[in-house]
Amino acid sequence: MPSHSQRLLQNILNRLLDMVPTLLALVLAFLVASILLFALGADPGTAINSMLQGAFGTENATAETLVKATPILFVAIGISIAFRGGVINIGGEGQMIAGAVAGVTTALVLKDAPAIITIPMSLVMGFISGAFYGGIAGFLRAYFGVNEILSTIMLNQVAVQLMNYLLNNPLLDPAELGTNHIPKTARILAEHQLPRLTINLPEVLVSIFGHADLFAKTRLHYGLIIAIVLAILTYILLWRTTIGYRIRAVGQNERAARYAGINVKRQMMLSLVLAGGFAGLAGVVQVLGLQYRLQTDGSPAGFTASAGFNGIVAALFGGLNPIGAIPASAFFGGLLVGAQKMQRDLGVPAALITAINGLIVVFVVSSQIFTQRRQRRRANIAVATVDMPEADEPVQPVLEEVV
Amino acid sequence: MNATQFAAPPRIQHLHMQGIVKRFPGVLAVDNVDFEVKAGEIHALLGENGAGKSTLMKILYGLYQQDEGQVLINGQPTEIRSPSDSIRQGIGMIHQHFMLVPSLTVAANVALGVKSSRGWRLDLDVVSRRLEELSLQYNLKVNPNTPVWQLAVGEQQRVEILRALYKNAALLILDEPTAVLTPQEVDDLFRVLNKMTKDGHALIFISHKLHEVLAISDRVTVLRDGRRVDTIPTEGATKLSLAEMMVGRPVVLEYKKLPLQAASDRLVLQDVSALSDRGDAGLNGVSLSVRGGEIVGLAGVSGNGQRELAEVIAGLRPATSGGILIGGIETRGKSPSVINQLGLGYIPEERMIDGAVKEFTVSENFILQDHGRQPYVRGGIFMKFRTIENACREAIKQYEIKTPGTDTPLKSLSGGNIQKLILARELSRNPKVLVAAQPTRGVDIGATEYIHQRLLAERDQGMAILLISEDLDEIMALSDRVAVMYEGRIVGVVDRDAVTVRQIGAMMAGSSLEMVE
Repeated sequence: MPSHSQRLLQNILNRLLDMVPTLLALVLAFLVASILLFALGADPGTAINSMLQGAFGTENATAETLVKATPILFVAIGISIAFRGGVINIGGEGQMIAGAVAGVTTALVLKDAPAIITIPMSLVMGFISGAFYGGIAGFLRAYFGVNEILSTIMLNQVAVQLMNYLLNNPLLDPAELGTNHIPKTARILAEHQLPRLTINLPEVLVSIFGHADLFAKTRLHYGLIIAIVLAILTYILLWRTTIGYRIRAVGQNERAARYAGINVKRQMMLSLVLAGGFAGLAGVVQVLGLQYRLQTDGSPAGFTASAGFNGIVAALFGGLNPIGAIPASAFFGGLLVGAQKMQRDLGVPAALITAINGLIVVFVVSSQIFTQRRQRRRANIAVATVDMPEADEPVQPVLEEVV
Repeated sequence: MNATQFAAPPRIQHLHMQGIVKRFPGVLAVDNVDFEVKAGEIHALLGENGAGKSTLMKILYGLYQQDEGQVLINGQPTEIRSPSDSIRQGIGMIHQHFMLVPSLTVAANVALGVKSSRGWRLDLDVVSRRLEELSLQYNLKVNPNTPVWQLAVGEQQRVEILRALYKNAALLILDEPTAVLTPQEVDDLFRVLNKMTKDGHALIFISHKLHEVLAISDRVTVLRDGRRVDTIPTEGATKLSLAEMMVGRPVVLEYKKLPLQAASDRLVLQDVSALSDRGDAGLNGVSLSVRGGEIVGLAGVSGNGQRELAEVIAGLRPATSGGILIGGIETRGKSPSVINQLGLGYIPEERMIDGAVKEFTVSENFILQDHGRQPYVRGGIFMKFRTIENACREAIKQYEIKTPGTDTPLKSLSGGNIQKLILARELSRNPKVLVAAQPTRGVDIGATEYIHQRLLAERDQGMAILLISEDLDEIMALSDRVAVMYEGRIVGVVDRDAVTVRQIGAMMAGSSLEMVE
């Protein structure tokens, strides 16, 4: 019998080995990307180096990566819940907008209230609004059998147009219109904005970074902390509570869930409500922490910068586990920020960046098959090697044919 | 036009699988097995689930490739890389789950995957004529122009056999062919099989039903844990000797049953009707009662309303009329969760679809219905994992469930152990009424016996048990009374001791009790 510590070591080793296919997939993706870069006359080595530099090379680059990662992480948390619950939410974009509109309105309406009221109220209203928007698709799916993939995609369009209308009419701040003709709301008061995030380094690390206040002069804000805390709470929700148990049961096996006495329709709706709520938070945090107002160029991704879609990929990267979504979102943020620098440095077309991102996604998601196969094999071996005490007395009768 | 549209495959005089080894990740499924079959004999392949019979036969049929060993046909080493290779060699297989397209006619199903005699134009009339010849020759009555969905299960099996004969199969592998048949249909099948061997076919008969093996086969090969135990002539073998070879231990042949101590009605169905999934009448005025301390066996050919009945009782399917009482309380229209609480335990027929969540761990599955109830929750929503694990570990010990731990995903357990876990879960909930649908289907002898003993013990403790089974032996061994279903109706309810398998078989085919007597 292996000792406890041996088993623990074995476990950690297995986890590490599980990551090998993913790393290999990344290498392969970059190899294929290199061929594309090469074909366009760019030096792949320089390109990748420029990408890494752009994503993590400087303090500011890292901060920008995390800034980009924040809304992606919020969305990814929600997507993890939805996919675990067996519903596919493609509506992150629309739900973000719904959250942002409600959040910015709340912040502007409560502009005379203290920050301790306005900021939480804005966040809560953003969550509720996104949740309601996701809930529409959830309700249609659960009670009328409307495919949620279609309804969430369609509701994205509705949200964009609604936002454009609101920004051009009731929410428009005429004072702001003059500058560049982009419709936008009034600016949120400074005290109602999410504070910038600075990390005070301990003595030992100061010499490495040269100063004690990490990220002091960057745009990084407290939204990141909120997202990480919520990721951990969501993990607890999914795997430590009856709510999560029901959501996962419905997602894995609707019929068994019904057999267990679970109200399947209600759980389906709940999954989309929560997914929408987290996307709504992504929207409101983007406003309170970064833009300080709602503005858009009117295009579908004008406000969201596609975080509602990127969050889906990040969730899959993270293995549909909210904790896993944290590094996955950071990785994705880095990809986006690094790609911008690569584009500036090498002058490659913007479309190529999208293509490279796509390649990475395809390779990494495909590599999951190998990881899963390894895990299954481990489970089989575990079952095959169980020793059970044999019954000593002969108690194995065979059914007599009875005529 | 006749069957020579195929190049007639060489007759198989002798087939020899030599030193076959097949490994799956983490499992040695077939371990150096020798198996041979000759023209004109029925060779039974006997073994428990997981003994390797299916794997061995899938290798022969080309669905798997062996890792070691070879197949010799008439002494010649032959490579079988795919089912089409094996068909070309004259090997046919009748699968346990029929491979037929329900919307197509019999002739069209047979024509599938066969080259037409008219090139790119269909030759269904030619196929039909040949099928009629064959069905006359082997007394396999089937109309070639009937759509398959209109056929009874036994008839569908005849289509499968005809299809193999049409393709000139010289060797036929029959995978648990009697599992879905009534006793009368089994007799018919056996007559056909005997005719085929007289015509020089070689037959491999896979089964775990000992009396059938004894009745039909010439030789028996017993597999256990992927290894061949022995090959013996059927003559001289007994059920006891075969069973011991299968299990590898001495076995006992009969259950001791305490005299019936039936109390008052625990489960009462009054004139219950319900729709089937297709929207027609699945249940048609069913009345039935089960008393505390008795087992009522519900016999019937699959698809005659047993599944609907179980689901209606569990609240998973709405009854369109009638009344259902559990412990005297009306449950019609109540949710599954409420019915659970009122004291119903339910072992569903499709345990991996309805009764368990494959991806969940053993302990998560153990609390499927009670995950939100005391003693498993704290603060309304937080699950008490320590408590759940302890309860689950207790059940694993008590029910001898073979699993590496409580946090193993359920899907990596064997069928018998999953069924034991479900049984443990249902019984540990102390139900007043237990509905057990096909509780031992696909379960090995050891686990089957264990499950049966548990059910009998619960009966003696006063539980009301409705045993739904297609296995008549099981019904006869456990029941105090037997109810027979046919086309959504109860044809009759009889005392177990006052009826024979033959009579029940006739009722399963729709005869009323009076007609049978």
